[in-house]
Amino acid sequence: MTHLVAFPGVDAAAPHLHGPVQASRPHSELPQRLRRVRFPGGYVLSPDPASSDAEATLRPRLWTRLSHALIAVSVFLLLPSGLQIFNAHPALYTGEVSRFDAPWLKIGARERGEAMEGYLRIGGREFETTGVLGWSGPPGEAEKRAFPAWTTLPGYRSLATGRNWHLAAAWGLGLGLAAYLVGGLAGGRLRRSLVPTRAMLAPRAVLADLAAHLTLRLPESGGYNLLQRLAYLAVVVLVLPAMIVSGLAMSPAVHAAAPWTGDVFGGRQSARSAHFLGAGLLALFIGVHLLMLLLHHPLRRLRGMTLGVRETRP
Amino acid sequence: MTASRRTWLRGLAAAGAAALVSACDRIAGDPAVRAGLKGAEQLNQGLHRVLFDRRTLAREYPDSAISPDFPANGSISPGDPTYRALAAGGFADYRLIVDGLVERPLALDLAALRALPSRSQVTRHDCVEGWSAIARWTGARLAPVLDQAGLKPEARFLVFHCFDTLDPEAGEDGRYYESIDLVDALHAQTLLAYEMNGTPLSIAHGAPVRLRVERQLGYKHAKYISRIEAVADFSHISGGKGGFWEDRGYEWYAGI
Repeated sequence: MTHLVAFPGVDAAAPHLHGPVQASRPHSELPQRLRRVRFPGGYVLSPDPASSDAEATLRPRLWTRLSHALIAVSVFLLLPSGLQIFNAHPALYTGEVSRFDAPWLKIGARERGEAMEGYLRIGGREFETTGVLGWSGPPGEAEKRAFPAWTTLPGYRSLATGRNWHLAAAWGLGLGLAAYLVGGLAGGRLRRSLVPTRAMLAPRAVLADLAAHLTLRLPESGGYNLLQRLAYLAVVVLVLPAMIVSGLAMSPAVHAAAPWTGDVFGGRQSARSAHFLGAGLLALFIGVHLLMLLLHHPLRRLRGMTLGVRETRP
Repeated sequence: MTASRRTWLRGLAAAGAAALVSACDRIAGDPAVRAGLKGAEQLNQGLHRVLFDRRTLAREYPDSAISPDFPANGSISPGDPTYRALAAGGFADYRLIVDGLVERPLALDLAALRALPSRSQVTRHDCVEGWSAIARWTGARLAPVLDQAGLKPEARFLVFHCFDTLDPEAGEDGRYYESIDLVDALHAQTLLAYEMNGTPLSIAHGAPVRLRVERQLGYKHAKYISRIEAVADFSHISGGKGGFWEDRGYEWYAGI
């Protein structure tokens, strides 16, 4: 299960990975030029033509690691600042404008006897969410706010500060994703490592992959399996780009120049809804991504994706 | 694990989380950090100006798209005595002042304003809070007003001074104001609106005259305009950031 949490772009599917280079030989037995890859970035920054791409493919390239870092930091800032912005008007609509009497999602608070209670309403269904959504805060200092303080940036209520952070961090995501996609498409790595192979899509293979995931017994072989490929592919070519377009659609200046940004979602308020739902999908993806990291060699993986230190296989 | 140790650990975790949140908040709200983040505002405005035609019109909608429930935000019933007196007289004594860096300062009553070249447009209003609503706005186009006053070459911004005090605790700095540059001032859809949905502006929506500056968020659309001042820069006015909300941390360029 060594590749479950690796970021797409780790071109581990290449057949030569199973050659001798990746065997767990003691460090001292490795030739000098291979030992050098154990130092952060050294191998990539001063490529040795003789060392080919055998060990380069064992860990993310510098380009991938840098864009991953930029995307990760940006999303880490975008999610909580986005919730701060959402809190300014915690209701979602479909279409071009807000029909204030008919939000499809609304978070609010109301009096219930002596106390206040928070609620979440989706369609016709209502859930009591006191303490988390609608009404939250330390005892005696609880306040009406859609998402609680510990989920927003900043923690206190400030739409202005939330927007400052969100609109700055959006540049990080845009540039990081562009760099990642350009690097991935140019080298053909995205296609090789993320697009499911024909063999993977055979019904029997699909069932086997599903069964393996359901029983949490994942193959140790190199490369991403089908579900990983689909999840990563969906995030990098669908969810993240859709977050950027739906975010742009909410800008009145962008909408004037490029109304299609709103139209593809069915209107500005639909775009705002899609932006919110996309953020939910991203949070879910990141949760699973980090959980898998924690469950499988977290330090080794973390070093691989940040410093580019080569993975050794068990 | 004993109950007391568990309580103690839980308290430690809660204290740690609170310390982390407060540290984040200190960084998030630090003036220097926020000033740095404002660099992105320059980037956004610069990118919009480079990529988009300055004359691009905001989308206009059919009358059937007009919102039945258009919220009024900010001041909805100014208590300022000057404004109260004007409203009581049906704005008969209202004069829109145009001065500052102009050749010929103006004082226009509503009849004079209505006699100027006008435009009527059904556009979408996007509040910074996140909601949108559509209305028909009718008013004098700002560009011909500026032609009549004759902008001096050093004029770069228009400051809209308003009648309403939105933050009474801030004294004179609590009065609403806004500013736009000449790209937006000369835009075809920029209006001194005196009608909404075919009837004179209501007090809640900014009577007798409000700004329409399509392609920017709602707070730029100053209501209750008393005076338009042409300036070379606005750093000496109120908080110096070019608007009531700008002085309170919001972006001056509200195109995003």
